[in-house]
Amino acid sequence: MALIELRNVSKIYFLGGEEIRALDNVSLDIEAGEFVSIIGPSGSGKSTLMHIVGCLDSPTHGTIRLDGVEIQGASSRELARIRNRKIGFVFQFFNLLPKLNVLQNVELPLIYSGVPAAERRRRAMDALKLVGLENRVRHRPMQISGGQQQRVAIARALVNDPRIIFADEPTGNLDSQTGETILELFRDLSRQGRTIVLVTHDPEIAAMTPRRIEIRDGRVAPQVNPKLAGLDRFPAAQAAGANTPV
Amino acid sequence: MNLLNAILVGFKEIWAHKFRSLLTMLGIILGVSSLVGMSALVKGMENGMREALVAVGGVERVRIEQADIPAEQAHLADQAPGITMNDVYALKHNATLTRLITPEMRLRNVTITRGGRHATPFIFMGTWPSALEMNEHEIQYGRMFNEIDDESARSVCVIGTEVRDALFGSPEELGYDYNPVGQQVNIQNQVFTIVGMFKYYESEQDRRRRLAEQARLQVAAMTSTNSAGGASRDRGRGGRGRASWVFRVKNNTVYIPLNTMWLRFRTAAGTNNTPDPRLTGLAIKVADVDVLEPAIEQAHKALLRVHNGVEDFSFETQENWAENIASAIRNARMSGGIIAAIALLVGGIGIMNIMLASITERIREIGIRKAIGATGTAIFIQILVESVVIAIIGGLAGLVTSFGLVHVLTSISPTDNAPEITFLSCAVAFSFSVGVGILAGLIPAFKAARLDPIQALRYE
Repeated sequence: MALIELRNVSKIYFLGGEEIRALDNVSLDIEAGEFVSIIGPSGSGKSTLMHIVGCLDSPTHGTIRLDGVEIQGASSRELARIRNRKIGFVFQFFNLLPKLNVLQNVELPLIYSGVPAAERRRRAMDALKLVGLENRVRHRPMQISGGQQQRVAIARALVNDPRIIFADEPTGNLDSQTGETILELFRDLSRQGRTIVLVTHDPEIAAMTPRRIEIRDGRVAPQVNPKLAGLDRFPAAQAAGANTPV
Repeated sequence: MNLLNAILVGFKEIWAHKFRSLLTMLGIILGVSSLVGMSALVKGMENGMREALVAVGGVERVRIEQADIPAEQAHLADQAPGITMNDVYALKHNATLTRLITPEMRLRNVTITRGGRHATPFIFMGTWPSALEMNEHEIQYGRMFNEIDDESARSVCVIGTEVRDALFGSPEELGYDYNPVGQQVNIQNQVFTIVGMFKYYESEQDRRRRLAEQARLQVAAMTSTNSAGGASRDRGRGGRGRASWVFRVKNNTVYIPLNTMWLRFRTAAGTNNTPDPRLTGLAIKVADVDVLEPAIEQAHKALLRVHNGVEDFSFETQENWAENIASAIRNARMSGGIIAAIALLVGGIGIMNIMLASITERIREIGIRKAIGATGTAIFIQILVESVVIAIIGGLAGLVTSFGLVHVLTSISPTDNAPEITFLSCAVAFSFSVGVGILAGLIPAFKAARLDPIQALRYE
């Protein structure tokens, strides 16, 4: 059984009486331990897909199983719980709370899952060590670089030991060199057996992942069109990705 | 997210926007302090009124005075005896619920002279020795005249301090408290011996002010080597002119035995050709306030019998006064309370306004918190706690401020009565401010809790 199973998932918005199908009958599986990128131009519905799979949103039709549990009809409270326990998010703009220091930011998910203070601290420190920021714990987000901020965000996504990590354009706001180190961090995490879903419009990043799901006009493309996604420019990356265990 | 954490976050939020939070709290601070200050003023007023009420003899004291005959009994007018000693004895025998009865025979416009000085007491009254207890008098020097003085109609009198001041000189003039006992004075040109003097009566407020003044002057006298001791005592009673009316009247009293009054002023003196046996009135004190109504009823019946059924007398109770006090206090409290409540409400609206602005400012933060697993309830509690924390801090600051406010009010207000902060008013004001904080937080908290995480995350 796959970690995530989407069956005929649709998301329909109504804008001024006009029906907009952000997702149209999408079915796909993501196995545990996979490193997947979801690619597509802006407006293709990839963000909507991530939001629905990431339990931030509910589909209009269709079923979603996350870790064997159907979640399409879950209440917002249950969704919050699932996000808290099973899902980690990394965003383009880091989305750290500026008033909290690094450690407090990483501890935040644990606060919402009711972990006692001492253990919260230990686990947050462990997560920060994993991203190599254990000596920056007292800094505020504004006092560290963008790459470090994104690593704090990754530590925060990891701290609850989630089943799956969603990264929405995680390098979109970083220079290419810093972006590369962040991607390297994701590769490391993938090698440790974590399930990671990268959402990106950047073919260079998509090329890095062993599996790519292309979304076009709210549908999963039957197969990834290398030319269209711009992947033909990175044969080496494609080959390297293929060797990564799925 | 437990409550302690939420409170901590609330504090941080407030600390991060110190000035804004202070302005927000100001509404609550003013509301709370005006509520407490207002109730302190009213309490002071009430204290002063009750003090005065006790000074005239308390609620148990009832005066019976001559009154116009009711219209339906007009034809019986010539049978109306007026208030006489017969009434006193009738009450003594028949009004069992009455504890104390004193006849009063007053004379107006009396001049007392001694040497070149003279005094005109407000109350010049022939009565029984029990008047001492009836009218809550206390003797400072000498004694009250007794039954023997009354029986033999001796020319003795007991005077109040202001009469003493007028005839012999006040402590301010003399530098010491003069004891007039044994001195002789002329009352309407008849010689009387002073056998006693009452205490100096003043309101609690005046007493405190006077003592504080005295202490201050004593300290001043001790620190300055060549200051005269007499001067300090002399200035020590400076605040006396401000004593309220009740106390002035009480200090300006002269009592003589009833029989002396009757013999000296009613039979032989004045323009009366025939002796007038009527009393000005009489005062009774009932055994207990609880039986005031039945006691009056009883006295009424006893008197009606003596008066041949002619109702030429009336009862004047202090209960009306007490009721007036109660209603005045109620009104003052009500109007003040409404104003203070409006102030608090405005403060609450201020909090709500700020909380709404604050959540708009933090939509993204709320989105982040939701994305990492905060439930709507957790957000709701967080916003609500922030609002309540502002209200609590504001409330506490308001309580502190109210003490200062009351201090200022005491020094500038013309009232005779010291405002008194009561625990109850503090508790009410504080819980009111917390309630306002909760109410003000509800709508913003609800809005924040219902934010869609995706929309919130996208919000710039």
